[in-house]
Amino acid sequence: MGSTVRILLRSPKFLIGAIITLLMTAFVLIYPLINRADPFEMKALAFQPPSSELWLGSDNFGRDLFLELVYGIRTSVEIGLIAGLIATAIGLVIGLASGYVGRWVDNVLTALTNMFIVIPSFVILILISVSIDSRSAFIVALIIGLTSWPWTARAVRAQTVSLRNRDHVNLAKISGHSTFRIIVFEILPYIASYVFMAFILQVASGILAEASISMLGLGPYDTISLGTMMNWALIFAAPVSGAWWAFIPPALVIAVITFALFLINTGMDEIFNPKIRS
Amino acid sequence: MNAYTKYFVKKAGWYLATLIVALMLNFLLPRLIEGNPVSTIASQVSQGMTDSDSIKRVYENFAREFGIDKPLIVQFGIYLKNLLTGDLGTSFGLYPRKVSDILGSAVPWTVGLQLPAILVGWILGNVLGAVAAYRKGVFDKVLFPVALFINSIPFFTLAIMMLYLFGITLKWFPISGGYDYQMVPNLSLEFIWSVIRHHTLPFLSIVLVTIGGQAIGMREMAIYELNSDYVLYSKLLGIRDSRVARYVFRNAMLPQITGLALSLGTMIGGSLICEIVFSYPGIGTWLFTAIRQLDYPLISGCTLLIAVTVLLANFTVEIIYGIVDPRIKAAQMEEG
Repeated sequence: MGSTVRILLRSPKFLIGAIITLLMTAFVLIYPLINRADPFEMKALAFQPPSSELWLGSDNFGRDLFLELVYGIRTSVEIGLIAGLIATAIGLVIGLASGYVGRWVDNVLTALTNMFIVIPSFVILILISVSIDSRSAFIVALIIGLTSWPWTARAVRAQTVSLRNRDHVNLAKISGHSTFRIIVFEILPYIASYVFMAFILQVASGILAEASISMLGLGPYDTISLGTMMNWALIFAAPVSGAWWAFIPPALVIAVITFALFLINTGMDEIFNPKIRS
Repeated sequence: MNAYTKYFVKKAGWYLATLIVALMLNFLLPRLIEGNPVSTIASQVSQGMTDSDSIKRVYENFAREFGIDKPLIVQFGIYLKNLLTGDLGTSFGLYPRKVSDILGSAVPWTVGLQLPAILVGWILGNVLGAVAAYRKGVFDKVLFPVALFINSIPFFTLAIMMLYLFGITLKWFPISGGYDYQMVPNLSLEFIWSVIRHHTLPFLSIVLVTIGGQAIGMREMAIYELNSDYVLYSKLLGIRDSRVARYVFRNAMLPQITGLALSLGTMIGGSLICEIVFSYPGIGTWLFTAIRQLDYPLISGCTLLIAVTVLLANFTVEIIYGIVDPRIKAAQMEEG
């Protein structure tokens, strides 16, 4: 474990990505402790440009956009993490079961996975969100997690199939270990790095999914997220009013977060995947 | 049956099954989840609890069209029958316009925007990615990080930034709609020019994001191919570089076609949001309006249309893949 971390820290891509992510997370966690104002509080007139008082100006309700951005990042990252955890957990269980157990279990689960890869998760996300009246941030994260597991499941299955007939697995089988034990001790350690990389990508795509669904007007109703900020900006015609501060910062922040997560993923991929190691 | 027919039939059966699942999801999800829109409407109709006569009329019409007082299985029958006759119900927000009319007017805009944008982005991305892998050096060092960054910019972020930069600040392009709102659609040059100018920004934002993702994938595949034994062997045999490059390109291209099939859903979803940013008169913008007005039949029509289109597009790509990839033919021959 220690040596893995040391190797990772030598990859500039991983390092840059990790530093951006850590700094940003630390900032949005610490800033609300210093500035205890309520992000929903209306402080100024609508669409005031940035000033020394309001660093990113005010939105259509006259709220402090910088404070909103801090809370928005927090919510969006939380949603990404929860959605990523759920999607990875479901994908891992389905992938391991279909890859290791094989036979009819594999047939059923693979068919299911393939179906949900082609039926756009975006559509299922809309259908479920429309049906739930009051969506908290957690519900939104849950729905995203429940609709985005097929990628992880497919990848985990492929990895598990390639491991299933290795000598150490066969040895464990002969020694009479239970299937559960073999999966946990003989298969999981070999795909752990891979699953972690998939998790990072799931977090990124969870943040994007939240932003997309919120832009459509189906986001969390009681919190500020990066997506709902842009939804408000669009509904209240911020672009036409020239109020760039209402939509450029959240849009850019989403790009920076996903870029950082992609960098972490690429950096890890170059280390753990010998095929593309240059 | 020859190998291709077999491949085709197998894929067609598979997609038919997926289509049925998609239809069932579209039907069941808004009806089974607690507090769902359909039962809310149904209870309001039966208790006569709606506030005004007009809303009452709209809901009653919906109840009649979809038979929402009947058992679920009967409802599904009505739903399928309506679908087969192309009847998607009547919009709430634009009552009494038919949902199929609204979608029909939006489809040409969405197809005209997305199809060329995704294809152009895909082709340019693949060529750039292959060149980056082949040339290496400065070209690759500059291109790769740029592509990685562009790829992490969501569709709508790029759309919003282009809207602000080229539409509002520089005023080079119009910022909303599919054509100048003072014009009546006709075939005059002036109107076509207006359509092209409105098309440019949304088109470019979809193309740019697509290029980023495709270039990264293609670069990776091409590097993998360039390191393989057959390339080394061909080089030792003294085969010309341009010829080897052609083999490499063809082999690296195949996974990219599957990649296109798999990412179509995400691309189309992203482009729909792009439409909202530019108020482009396509499906995405209608979906946005429908959600704001709680126009349930229109929402359901949009999601259905999107799901079916993505399935069809995927099916087309897989059929093309079957024709292009010789290994598919070989595999089918072995089985048969």
